[in-house]
Amino acid sequence: MSANRFPYAAAQVRKGLWQSRRFLVLRRLAQAAFLLLFLSGPVVGIWISKGTLASSLTLGVLPLTDPFILLQSVAARHWPEATALAGAAIVLTTYLLAGGRSYCSWVCPINPVTDLAAWLRRRLGITQSSKIRPELRYYLVIAVLAVSAATGMLAFELVNPVTAFHRAIVYGAWTSATGAILIFAFDLLVAKNGWCGHLCPVGAFYGGVGSATLLRVSATRRDACDDCMDCFAVCPEPQVISPALRGNRTGVGPVILSGDCTVCGACIDACPERVFTLTHRFDTRLLPCSATSQPETPAAYERTTP
Amino acid sequence: MKDNVRQQPKPPDPARRKALRDAARLGGGALVAGMALAGHALQSSALPAQNLRPPGAIAADGFLSACVRCGLCVRDCPYGTLKLAGWSDGPATGTPFFTARDVPCEMCDTIPCVKACPTGALDKALTDIGEARMGVAVITSRETCLNLQGLRCDVCYRVCPAIDKAITLETTHNARTAKHAVFEPVVHADACTGCGKCEKACVLDEAAIKVLPLQIAALSQDSHYRRGWDEKDKAGAPLVYAPLKLDVRKPQAGADLP
Ligand code: SF4
Ligand code: SF4
Ligand code: SF4
Repeated sequence: MSANRFPYAAAQVRKGLWQSRRFLVLRRLAQAAFLLLFLSGPVVGIWISKGTLASSLTLGVLPLTDPFILLQSVAARHWPEATALAGAAIVLTTYLLAGGRSYCSWVCPINPVTDLAAWLRRRLGITQSSKIRPELRYYLVIAVLAVSAATGMLAFELVNPVTAFHRAIVYGAWTSATGAILIFAFDLLVAKNGWCGHLCPVGAFYGGVGSATLLRVSATRRDACDDCMDCFAVCPEPQVISPALRGNRTGVGPVILSGDCTVCGACIDACPERVFTLTHRFDTRLLPCSATSQPETPAAYERTTP
Repeated sequence: MKDNVRQQPKPPDPARRKALRDAARLGGGALVAGMALAGHALQSSALPAQNLRPPGAIAADGFLSACVRCGLCVRDCPYGTLKLAGWSDGPATGTPFFTARDVPCEMCDTIPCVKACPTGALDKALTDIGEARMGVAVITSRETCLNLQGLRCDVCYRVCPAIDKAITLETTHNARTAKHAVFEPVVHADACTGCGKCEKACVLDEAAIKVLPLQIAALSQDSHYRRGWDEKDKAGAPLVYAPLKLDVRKPQAGADLP
């Protein structure tokens, strides 16, 4: 039985259920809350946020606009009105502070879909995965903006499965969920973390924001790492962990600085040794491994792996 | 090694080569995706004839560069007129539209849809809903329109919010009975907002009056035409000054022409 099929098991034994699923639960609550903000209006008539993630108005005063969508509009040579520009500025500032791709793991409605595919992959032991270079998404960002400029349309919004899925939920336009279903199949059967980790231009854009963002995860107690690889198994962007976690050997600091990190906290949850913490990018402290940490008993570990 | 650089051709740096090859591959992949997307974009820029844009929508191609598909206009339409296009609806995915025969635009005085738009895709310069040009109504079936057969239906005329300006009833002789009049509904494009109330109200199974988008029922004269009477008005005087002197051609002097 491969440990990677149950990467949270060791953490659960060591830290308990809550500490080993904390960020997962908080993320699901956040994702549900962001949907409920938009759904309370059409469902029970209490309007909190109107619109979609593309552009919204909350409580009649707070405009929010997706900066990447607005960028396509500008590339298509439309200069948006002040409301949309202000909304994009607010969103951009928020993600410059709060993690960049945290959009992906805390807000985006596609995330539960891709998380489900990743979980099923682990459970079913599907290990084959097409090799697509993760950098492709950055090239796609450029392609999308170039097509917007060439056609004078918000090109990606014609096919964007992210905003389409949100519209499907919020406006009940169910045909628009097609993209989400395709993504699920792609992630499950074709490539591990295929959409978010390799193709999605929305995530790539927020990844760009994330390379300068304040909120970061740090391998603060990396000396305690016993190479169990559980964090790599749960991380949607495992390549971002190594530099920080293995920095002892290369002299790199403990903070995960890559913009690709979605600040999902899965590594924090899954690490039995409490190596990771949520902090800011300038917090380069290294804490000694905690003295109370006990080597786990194989018996306890076996109990949780059916 | 450094000394050899000049004498021998530099051995290819495998890492650099790989990086270049990767970039070319990724760039190629992105190019293919981009071309496919561009093709799809150009295809979906056409709006099906029975789908109309909300009031104040900026000109056809501009709209798709401006609308972010948020649906704020949809939310603020009190009549449920507007919808966001799903993936199979026809208009570009996610963009707002309405189908007059389902729910027409009620022409709100305050135009809440335009006010709600954050991007300017619906132009706030539109403050009088009477100036909206969502499309223009056209009698598409003279053969079935009841009024044109000499009956008195008048429904489209009566529901028109711009009655007697956008639609008038013009009487002509009824050749079939030879003693009645035909009350023909005639749309005047300069006053029709394209709200679609007439199309919605038409009592026939298939409406005989339909609102068509402006790209189809074009409203502007080709720019190369100059109408003499307009030019005369603009100039404030006749454009041809020399009084035309036409030869009087007469077969016989003094004979009356027929
Ligand atoms: S003018 Fe009124 S009825 Fe017509 S689309 Fe706008 S909000 Fe709806
Ligand atoms: S409010 Fe404006 S940007 Fe939003 S869907 Fe309507 S037209 Fe498009
Ligand atoms: S669409 Fe029909 S009802 Fe509306 S203004 Fe034009 S003629 Fe009148």
